Amino acid sequence: MEQLELPSIDYGALLPMLILFGAACTGVLVEVLFPRRLRNGVQLGLSLLAVVAALIAVVMERGTRTITIGGAVAVDGPTLFLQGAILVLGGVSLLLIGERTIEKGGAFVSQAAVTVGSKKDMEQAGGRPGSTEVYPLTTFALGGMTLFVAANDLLTMFVALEVFSLPLYLLCALARRRRLLSQEAALKYFLLGSYASAFFLFGVAFLYGFAGGIQLEDVHTAVANPTQSQVLLYAGLGLVSIGLLFKAALAPFHVWTPDVYQGAPTPVTAFMAACTKVAAFGALLRVLYVAFEGVRWDFQPVLGVIAVLTMFVGAVLAVTQTDLKRLLAYSSIANAGYLMVGVLALNDEGLSSTMFYLVAYGFSVLAAFAIISLVRDADGEATHLSRWAGIGRKSPLLAATFTFVLLAFAGIPLTSGFTSKFAVFGAAVEGGQTWLVIFGVITSMLLAFPYLRVVVLMWLSEPGESTPAVSIPGFLTSAVLGIGVIVTLALGVAPSPLIELTRQAADFVR
Amino acid sequence: MSDFPFLSILTLLPLVGAAVVAFIPRTRAELAKLVALGWSLVVLVLSIFMWVAFSIDGDRFQFHESYPWIPAWGVNFTFAADGIALVMLMLIAVLFPIVILASWHDVDQSTRSAPAYFALLLTFEFTMIGVFAAADVFLFYVFFEVMLIPMYFIIGSFGSGQKQYAAVKFFLYSLVGGLFMLAAVIGLWVVGGQTFDFAELAANAASLDTNTARWLFLGFFVAFAIKAPFFPFHTWLPDSGGAAPAGAAALLVGVMDKVGTFGILRYCLSLFPEASRWFAPAALILAVIGIIYAALLAVGQNDLKRLVSYTSIAHFGFIGIGIFAFTTQAGTGAVLYMVNHGLATGLLFIVVGMFVARRGSALVSDFGGAGKLVPVLAGVLFFAGLASLALPGTAPFVSEFLVLIGTFSTNKPIAVIATLGIILAAAYVLWMIQRTTQGTLNPALTEMPAMSKDLTLREKVVVAPLIAMLLVFGFYPKPITDVINPAVEATMADVGKTDPAPTAVADGKVGG
Repeated sequence: MEQLELPSIDYGALLPMLILFGAACTGVLVEVLFPRRLRNGVQLGLSLLAVVAALIAVVMERGTRTITIGGAVAVDGPTLFLQGAILVLGGVSLLLIGERTIEKGGAFVSQAAVTVGSKKDMEQAGGRPGSTEVYPLTTFALGGMTLFVAANDLLTMFVALEVFSLPLYLLCALARRRRLLSQEAALKYFLLGSYASAFFLFGVAFLYGFAGGIQLEDVHTAVANPTQSQVLLYAGLGLVSIGLLFKAALAPFHVWTPDVYQGAPTPVTAFMAACTKVAAFGALLRVLYVAFEGVRWDFQPVLGVIAVLTMFVGAVLAVTQTDLKRLLAYSSIANAGYLMVGVLALNDEGLSSTMFYLVAYGFSVLAAFAIISLVRDADGEATHLSRWAGIGRKSPLLAATFTFVLLAFAGIPLTSGFTSKFAVFGAAVEGGQTWLVIFGVITSMLLAFPYLRVVVLMWLSEPGESTPAVSIPGFLTSAVLGIGVIVTLALGVAPSPLIELTRQAADFVR
Repeated sequence: MSDFPFLSILTLLPLVGAAVVAFIPRTRAELAKLVALGWSLVVLVLSIFMWVAFSIDGDRFQFHESYPWIPAWGVNFTFAADGIALVMLMLIAVLFPIVILASWHDVDQSTRSAPAYFALLLTFEFTMIGVFAAADVFLFYVFFEVMLIPMYFIIGSFGSGQKQYAAVKFFLYSLVGGLFMLAAVIGLWVVGGQTFDFAELAANAASLDTNTARWLFLGFFVAFAIKAPFFPFHTWLPDSGGAAPAGAAALLVGVMDKVGTFGILRYCLSLFPEASRWFAPAALILAVIGIIYAALLAVGQNDLKRLVSYTSIAHFGFIGIGIFAFTTQAGTGAVLYMVNHGLATGLLFIVVGMFVARRGSALVSDFGGAGKLVPVLAGVLFFAGLASLALPGTAPFVSEFLVLIGTFSTNKPIAVIATLGIILAAAYVLWMIQRTTQGTLNPALTEMPAMSKDLTLREKVVVAPLIAMLLVFGFYPKPITDVINPAVEATMADVGKTDPAPTAVADGKVGG
């Protein structure tokens, strides 16, 4: 009987994830132990505290470059940077999720299981406090995301994928208004997400067959000296990519995005748009750069076509949208395409510029959804474009803020949107992918049109009868707006510190 | 050489002014106007000091300043001005106070806030100065794009007629051009050794791969051709000029469109000499088509502001052939034309704006015999029209003459066809003046009290300096040409063209 050797565990390196999972479990207990009226404050405080503590842990570990816990987790530059990004963006999203003053009871329904339209449902619509389970769910999702970007073997990656996806499916279904739409969105997301997970797992099986191991390093070694059929490798690479591309919302795996963005409660949409993107691209970067570096010339054209397709789908369909949340969803799809351009540069510059893009885009998109949550009428948020006509007269500050964010999305200089686009395009040209940049530029032109249309509506149209009132933002939403706009401007005017940070963090351990 | 940081202060000054004006409440519109006017005068005074400090025999680029911005990408806040940029900066500094004074009552009836309009004008001045003062390609691109935003809101919020359509069209056209340029800027950065410094890039210009350089040249050229605008990218200008307030339209064609021709001179020619020579025939043909085509369209316009916009496109054709003729004479003529066209068309737009403000309509058919009611104003319109068609004795004549002489020595057919444009110019200007101020008095005009008010003191102060400058530089352009000449010579040396030997034409042996 051989003595079982336990793997050594570097607890310091795992601390951010441990803190988040611990806080999430504590959050579940809080639901049981605290009376209803205290829960919201306690839960919000607990999750924010967890995020801050985890962020401090990440900062303390900033020099760590190690593979620990038996090769399951790699803590290196991109891991720490992306974990930090997820935590900062997640913390800001939590402020939006915690907003309770704009709408009576908040953006979340108190009991999601009540049949829509029933008597009980009518009662709870009248301002019963929203459910507080959203906080532990969000914290679980954050923990899963931080593990996802650190996963060094494909099974850990799969587990992390599920850990952050399942809470998101639930969160989507919790909107207080338009509950049918919200539930439908959650169901769609759940079904398609399950398919994607199954694809991912199937791909892992193929790769295991090809490499005889599931660690990214094993795959890398097997790619260099193959002992099995290449068919296994390409099938595995394709299927694993599909799972990741789904999460990152790249065409043709993007179809869930508009429905889910529209149906989910706006704070959750903001959370998904900012953090899920970071997590999905973090994992994509790791898989492509660490495991499949040896076949990069084989997947580059295929993923390049996907990137071009994504940019076109996002840009062209954004033009036709009449609902702001759907418009931003398509804009987010197009941005996934631009991010892919950075990923496919396949050089250090590509890695750092993609990370820069993720952070910059996350802050802008948080600000955008914060603004959308403020423009409301008796039926909740007024997201139809026509309702925003002339809002610049009624509330110039809000319209000016939104204009600034839209200009950032359009990539006008002096905003983060420009610096980040410049970074990924520059990296791609350096990596010899000029064709991607040309398509990127063409789609940017298309995409400018829908953004501009919203600006025209806000400023140049006369306010109509149906222009809704703008809520006075609560303290939390104001904070999100302020942070989002300031960061968007700062990264446009003085991007140097973040560029330096991403360059220092651009080293994977294998 | 002076060490005073002229250019950065000159750039930032209007931005600070815009911030100050923006915070003046709507109810104190008069104060906002005064502050804006005073501020633009301070900019003018500073630019005059700069003009004096510029040494004609000195380096090509003077007032050089550089501050690190994004070291990771090799981007710096680098400012420097050669003679071409200097005269353009002077033109901006001169035109802005005049336009602000001319726009005094333009937005009084608007539902929008008047201080916002003047804040936008000052913001626009900031971007304009920045774009001409930048000596870093990245910085130039930033200003090139940001200048759209104030103009977009000026047209969209304070314009008339199809203002929304015009504003969106303006923005999208320019943005499309800008994005082509962005692709080229990125490409240039990658092949040019990861630097954006104009001087370094110009020094390495010859080492670029021929094909790459041609693609990059085209990226830049398309952006500038849309901005200038050259045929066939000109369709946004009549819409924008027709919809913008008269003062803003004067700036649009007087200053902003010069960024296009300036960009071709500074960036296309110096950074891609071989590609410029390769593309020159096509550019010349486009420019000539623009001269004839726009002039023909101008003849048929019934909207005064659109008409002036079309005349402007025709003039840009002249500037285009002056640039691509590749002689110092034609190049100097082109740059001089950029200045003179700013003065002449600026004056024309402002005067047309005065007519439109009195009549409440910009249609030629709504006027007729207006000279009987407002003789002085009609006289000023007549003068502006004559300056615009380059009558000898007015400043544009000198530049048009130089362009044609210079072009004639290298490319006779182009010069001959362009000369037809002069005849057409006479047609559209004189016909417009005849239909508006001469002939029988339109009875509708007599019923309008505003139509019988001749020039006020404010309006006289607006037009006087422009008329004076057009006359002075018509007879004595030397102060300007002395500054322009060395810079144009340096640019032509970059392109690798030396002036052809004097031919029989210069000796006057050709009859005519």
